[in-house]
Amino acid sequence: MMLQVKNMNVYYGSIYAVKDVSFHVEEGETVTLIGANGAGKSTILKTISGLLRSKTGSISFAGEEISNTPSHAIVKRGLAQVPEGRRVFLQMSVQENLEMGHYTQPGGTMDERITEVYQRFPRLKERYKQHAGTLSGGEQQMLAMGRALMSRPRLLMLDEPSMGLAPLLVEQIFEIIKELHAGGTTVLLVEQNANMALTVADRGYVLETGKIVLADSAKALLENDAVRKAYLGG
Amino acid sequence: MKQRFTIPMPARYGINIGLLVLFLIVGNLIVGGNLLPRAHSNNVIQVGFFIILAVSLNLSTGYLGQLPLGHAGFMAVGAYAGAIFWRSGLLPSEASLVVGLLLAGVVAAIFGVLIGIPALRLKGDYLAIITLGFGEIIRVLINNLPAITGGAQGLLGIPRYSTFLVVYICVILTCGAIHMLMKSRHGRAILSIRENEIAAESCGIKTTYYKVLAFAASAFFAGVAGALFAGNLGILVPGDFDFMASINILMIVVLGGMGSMAGSVIAAAILTSLPVVMQPLAQYRMIIYALLLILVMIFKPSGLLGTYDFSLSRVIERLVRRITAGRIKEKGAK
Repeated sequence: MMLQVKNMNVYYGSIYAVKDVSFHVEEGETVTLIGANGAGKSTILKTISGLLRSKTGSISFAGEEISNTPSHAIVKRGLAQVPEGRRVFLQMSVQENLEMGHYTQPGGTMDERITEVYQRFPRLKERYKQHAGTLSGGEQQMLAMGRALMSRPRLLMLDEPSMGLAPLLVEQIFEIIKELHAGGTTVLLVEQNANMALTVADRGYVLETGKIVLADSAKALLENDAVRKAYLGG
Repeated sequence: MKQRFTIPMPARYGINIGLLVLFLIVGNLIVGGNLLPRAHSNNVIQVGFFIILAVSLNLSTGYLGQLPLGHAGFMAVGAYAGAIFWRSGLLPSEASLVVGLLLAGVVAAIFGVLIGIPALRLKGDYLAIITLGFGEIIRVLINNLPAITGGAQGLLGIPRYSTFLVVYICVILTCGAIHMLMKSRHGRAILSIRENEIAAESCGIKTTYYKVLAFAASAFFAGVAGALFAGNLGILVPGDFDFMASINILMIVVLGGMGSMAGSVIAAAILTSLPVVMQPLAQYRMIIYALLLILVMIFKPSGLLGTYDFSLSRVIERLVRRITAGRIKEKGAK
């Protein structure tokens, strides 16, 4: 099992944001957490990557407990996160952004990995010298994903990759997620765009106000009446 | 294919060293050669420690992207630590000078860590207020510990170690050290925190560690500059380190361009010399000084140099390229 979350409870001050959430991700799977605004999806990701702490329960990553590990050490163990809203280093070049993604990795492997990322995102190669701030939204999202892939993560967590992107770009991004999945990367995907997320995922969890209300295969969720009504537009 | 003209690495070092020697000779002439009235020649030394102050503040403001307002506090800590050690006369003068400067830096850095750990959890205005408070606390403490610091009367009889040469060497070491830090992988980590803290964290950078590191390094050099300040005047009064002193240093950094070391150096030279040069204008000089700041902020809000860092070698390369390009064009025309 790649990731197992048990009884996660997260508070923002007195606000109870994530209520007793448990789920897991198997090796090689693409799993998605879907739900409306404020359902607690991003909070769960932030807690897994160590930016927030759960009051109770456990988070185990590849068999090791990480619920008390500092976030930089979690990245080093092979759990990379692409944060919400395309947080790239705007004043650094594309190449420098990728180099930052290699920060926790041993020296000597960087050039090889940059070549790999450029193969996956030829668009980034074209612009390797440009400041990341001059890229379009879709390109920035690719850069954020490429940066996370630089550490060759065992589990890649994506926080709303479709946010604020034009429909065509959203399709491109999800195409890339599919390719990553086909290449054997384990992916945990958080999305509001439930339709897209469920078409690329193997399994899905539906969140509502901090609780998991449904868990099933992606296919079954796509056909589930309640899910269709609430998230897929009828 | 056209080959771009580049200066090879050893020649680049040569150019830089040549420039340093040139500055040293010119500076020595000005200070030692009685070319200028004493007020002006001492100003050259003052420019020196203001460069150190600005370059070190630039580390936490320009590179790390925080806004501390208590830089004079660190300067004060270093100044008193160095001055008290020098007055004690524990070591012969040359050794005393070096140890005193290091001690000043280290004590200031310790304060930097102590303040940095709680303060750097906050951002922007909150950090500014905490550091501002810290600066004032230091000043009040110094005022009220007459047994150690001489209190409001001031600390007298500090050996005057801060000759032009000493200050000059400290400036070079400071700029060199900070330049090397920023070119290293640690520097990259510091820059990435400025760019985007969450992204930096998701790249696996120990953001708290690097924030405190940059803050402490910044305090270290402020402490050294403080000691040089003490060794220049021979007397220290707590009033030298008030809130306005911190603002003055910040002004240099902002005017030069946050994130540009060359900008800090140039702005330190301009802003420190301006009041002296404009002495004949008497009461108008503060107006001119203020106007200058306002004009720069309106027409070049990113500061004189923005985040650009100056390299003489690069300028020469560009000139040569332009000249040769012109020649090729002429040939083509014939």
